[in-house]
Amino acid sequence: MTHRPAVPHDAAPLHVSGAARYVDDIPTPTGTLHLAFGTSPVACGILNGMSLEKVRASDGVVAVLEACDLPFDADCSPSNHDEPLLAKDRVHYVGQPVFLVVATSHHLARHAARQADFDITEHPAILTIGQALAADSRFEDGPRVYQRGDAGSSLKHATHTVHGTLHMGGQEHFYLEGQAALALPSEDGDMLVHSSTQHPTEIQHKVAHALGKPMNAVRVETRRMGGGFGGKESQGNALAIACAIAARQTGKPCKMRYDRDDDMIITGKRHDFRIEYRCGFDTAGRISALDVVHYTRCGWAQDLSLPVADRAMLHADNAYFLPNVRIESHRLKTNMQSATAFRGFGGPQGVLGMERIIDHIAHHLCMDPLSVRKNNYYATPEQGAQTTPYGQVVEDSIIADLTDTLVSTSEYVKRRTAVVDWNAQNEVIKRGIALTPVKFGISFTLTHLNQAGALVHVYQDGSIHLNHGGTEMGQGLFQKVAQVAALRFGVPLDMIKITATDTAKVPNTSATAASSGSDLNGMAVKVACDTIRDRIAAHLADLHNCPVRDVQFANGIVTLPEHQLSFAKAAQSAYEARISLSATGFYKTPDIQWDRIKGHGRPFFYFAYGAAITEVAIDTLTGENRILRTDILHDAGASLNPALDIGQIEGGYVQGAGWLTTEELVWDDAGNLRTHAPSTYKIPACSDRPDIFNVALWDGENKADTIYKSKAVGEPPFMLGLSAFFALSDAVAACGPAYPDLNAPATAEHVLAAIKRARNV
Amino acid sequence: MDVSFRLNGKTVKLGNVSPTRTLLDWLREDRQMTGTKEGCNEGDCGACTIIVTDRNGAKALNACILFLPQLDGKAIRTVEGIAAPDGTPHPVQNAMVEHHGSQCGFCTPGFITSMATAHLNGETDHDVALAGNLCRCTGYAPIVRAAQSVEAAPVPPHMYDAPLDTAANATEHSTPTDLETFAVWYEQNPETTLIAGATDVGLWVTKQMRTLEHVAFLNRIPELATITDHETCIDVGAMTTLTDLDKVIAPHYPGFSQLIQRYGSRQVRNAATIGGNIANGSPIGDGSPALIALGATLHLQKGHQKRSILLEDFFVAYGQQDRAKGELVTGISIPKAPDALKCYKLSKRFDQDISAVCGCLWIQTSRGTVTTARLAYGGMAGTPARAKNAEAALVGQPWTKAGIETAMQAMTQDFTPLSDMRASAQYRMETAQNMLLRYWFEDKGTLSSVHEVSP
Repeated sequence: MTHRPAVPHDAAPLHVSGAARYVDDIPTPTGTLHLAFGTSPVACGILNGMSLEKVRASDGVVAVLEACDLPFDADCSPSNHDEPLLAKDRVHYVGQPVFLVVATSHHLARHAARQADFDITEHPAILTIGQALAADSRFEDGPRVYQRGDAGSSLKHATHTVHGTLHMGGQEHFYLEGQAALALPSEDGDMLVHSSTQHPTEIQHKVAHALGKPMNAVRVETRRMGGGFGGKESQGNALAIACAIAARQTGKPCKMRYDRDDDMIITGKRHDFRIEYRCGFDTAGRISALDVVHYTRCGWAQDLSLPVADRAMLHADNAYFLPNVRIESHRLKTNMQSATAFRGFGGPQGVLGMERIIDHIAHHLCMDPLSVRKNNYYATPEQGAQTTPYGQVVEDSIIADLTDTLVSTSEYVKRRTAVVDWNAQNEVIKRGIALTPVKFGISFTLTHLNQAGALVHVYQDGSIHLNHGGTEMGQGLFQKVAQVAALRFGVPLDMIKITATDTAKVPNTSATAASSGSDLNGMAVKVACDTIRDRIAAHLADLHNCPVRDVQFANGIVTLPEHQLSFAKAAQSAYEARISLSATGFYKTPDIQWDRIKGHGRPFFYFAYGAAITEVAIDTLTGENRILRTDILHDAGASLNPALDIGQIEGGYVQGAGWLTTEELVWDDAGNLRTHAPSTYKIPACSDRPDIFNVALWDGENKADTIYKSKAVGEPPFMLGLSAFFALSDAVAACGPAYPDLNAPATAEHVLAAIKRARNV
Repeated sequence: MDVSFRLNGKTVKLGNVSPTRTLLDWLREDRQMTGTKEGCNEGDCGACTIIVTDRNGAKALNACILFLPQLDGKAIRTVEGIAAPDGTPHPVQNAMVEHHGSQCGFCTPGFITSMATAHLNGETDHDVALAGNLCRCTGYAPIVRAAQSVEAAPVPPHMYDAPLDTAANATEHSTPTDLETFAVWYEQNPETTLIAGATDVGLWVTKQMRTLEHVAFLNRIPELATITDHETCIDVGAMTTLTDLDKVIAPHYPGFSQLIQRYGSRQVRNAATIGGNIANGSPIGDGSPALIALGATLHLQKGHQKRSILLEDFFVAYGQQDRAKGELVTGISIPKAPDALKCYKLSKRFDQDISAVCGCLWIQTSRGTVTTARLAYGGMAGTPARAKNAEAALVGQPWTKAGIETAMQAMTQDFTPLSDMRASAQYRMETAQNMLLRYWFEDKGTLSSVHEVSP
């Protein structure tokens, strides 16, 4: 095995005792004030005015701020400067913050925020894809197109063709800890902000801007989040800015956390998509031509929608070579929450479109979809590497071997026969089974974000203080990076103190996103540790008159040819010799370049691979369904920590399956989100996990030069959940002759509708 | 209001608490005990789970929708009190670390308390014990592995809490504690909001931000929580929790018991009462369809005046029940008969979800002919209601698939369901009809539930 030790999450003992501190748990000074937004009840309209007397008169209210009361331009957008903290003249969605209440308690602030009377002239809201297209309501001038070869003429000459439309819903992040921030005013107008954010530097930048201060006046600290999943990449900006402005105005610490319903109504979610496709292929299902169109509802503001939609296009091939392909993408502006980052960042939507096409081809040819998948997989480098639609050579494909291994360990062939037999014998309950692969590109597609910094101190007693730009949201990043530091210094893990992400320690960081946390920060920490270690080594070599290369660090001991001393003693010795025991580290990903307008280049440093096989049962009377068994084989390279990686895989799978089954977002015709609490929005519960759940790591190392040859693991496993969706499609297809055209999420209602389509009724 | 209870082994006495102060807010804001988390503030995520022990034992409850007076005289254990007083971690805490059962950690305190409660009570059906705890990171597998690994571990002695000998409730501001006196008091104070388990009223405070001026806590009246098993019927007091109802129902009507297992979550069933479930008049509560199908009788009292009506007659229209101002629901009588009940709950998620349709069907046949049919549905109309046309189409007819199909057709005359975020009108009708078909399949021994399929 190439994997490293499976040590538990560093904070696990704190989690289980309730001692792990989140933003709302930080003890606050007396007099701390609490904030709540008053929000728009209307999806689209002119804000003529508001009557806030009752708000101001409400118990405990200290201040009420409208857009005109803000001292500087307060904008929350991570991209386009199009998200004013408070709506000024117009409102763009139901739930848009319009005024800010500052009160003596969280409950009183929320109570007061409901007392406003709005004077809004309502305009027709743009809610659907059809309405947005009709109004040409979109971001960027027109659709973006990436293409290779000639899909149009290849389609005409194809032996077989299928065409269809797939609707897929969005997804609420449902991080268990809602958005939260706490701002503590310091001297000279400086501000300390505690934020539950994946992107402390962004918070620092946006808060500084809103306070009319340079970035050096704002310090942002993030110890941990209670879940992020992309939902805390940009969506925490509003709370941090609001707290900082209120703290500046009142001179008091100010805290804001969204109640769950407010959180779901105000913040953005995964982009929903409609995908239309026309595909040409031969009798073996080998694709010769594909024309695919993505339509996505981005909501009212741009946020991260352009790179999300780009990544959907970049994953429109998933694991398949497409010789002639045209991918068109429409980024539609609608009067809804601004859709945002969510684990996979558009990738899952692109992959789902491609897997749907494979499923459709297989049905058309009466083939096992697995055969069609294998017939279209990217070749291995040994077979002659193939190129993606955007011009990147796939140098590291292991998907064919990985699939074969999983098919064997899961006894897929035998089980498929059993499923067919079952379906012949059972009238009401049908079964289905499916394998889906994933190939996911690792790197931020905005190339400059692929950088990271670290700060490491060794104290004279040998204890080590570790800091880097990544944030901890449960994925175990801090522990993985601490393992790297322990390896570099050759010390036990407990000598490393993991510390909160802090913009005053490591500046100009990128969001902990795009699965990049360990790759980037692990490397930066390695550089910092090696700098200090090499200084200690040089000092000891000098002292004991031996070659530097003979100084070895292992098991907490520094060994020289004729001496041995503890790491603590070595640190003490270096300190006394006036050697600096503090260093920064910096890393930038090599070999990537990308032109997002042309759709050409090498956006990704490497690809991560995986495959899952899911078996389900469906009830043909109601469409109710259940996952029976799941087998996963996933490529985490040479894993830095197999326990944490398997945790990401299991959790990612269930979250992905939830997206495609029970998690349904429903807006009404007036643009009100009707599923804004866990009572109406159903993430998987305990019994929804597969009865049998086998997860294994691929035994191999990354071909690319990453930290200890590991691979990123945050997002790729999310797409393993697609196998549940296609197992459902397989079960539905057993009900009748027609292609079921199953839409996502495959709620019981959608499954029953698909059963009727399959039966042509 | 005065309240006293034990908190992690130490007695706490509180004077002048606001009756609608939630335990969660009190723990976090007044006691700075921030281990217990707020995830949803409506009892759906379990992040705020705490353990409450009363004379009937220890149970898991959601602190976010528990008002302080509901805890009077009881013992509370929070995540901070799960490790032994000397700091030794509880077996479930060690297991969760070793099995990697926490990632972001925010749901973890709620899982720890639910797991510790199950461990204390010797429960090993972890899907049931943990249905009310949502985790977004792990996919649950490692949590269940952790729970399984310590099933045989001894319970640490400090986990056996004892409730207080006396509650603090006997103050002049408190309401009467015997039913007769209370009924008279309530008749005189009809504007009072009655609070039973607070799984619904709790949300009036936490979500609707309502200020409840006058409240009365029915947990102060022991008489309302009694269960009497007679020869021909079971009398169940209005304050009987769903958990306790399940225990008495299970031997007689296993289908109803299985439905109760899907009513909310363990934490919700430990708080919610059958009286509250009926009295709030919801068209989608799961208790009423089953009880209507069983032909249950509802008991009400206004002052000294008592009356009993068929439960189905209690529901007049959406938001309107046959309950006079100042009248309270005191209990329900459930007839005992040879079981002919099947309950079908349809929701987006299997556990802890509100029904799109809840069909509870009582069909008796004799020599191949249908003799009785009570087809009661939730989610199909403004109230829980019977499908009278479908029933008429069945009764007196042969028990055949063709006869069922005729009844299914007749059901279109019974209901005009709504479309909402849970389901479309068409889907509701189609599945309500198909539930009749499911009864047929089950009766004939045809496998027809995905939950009876093994991998």
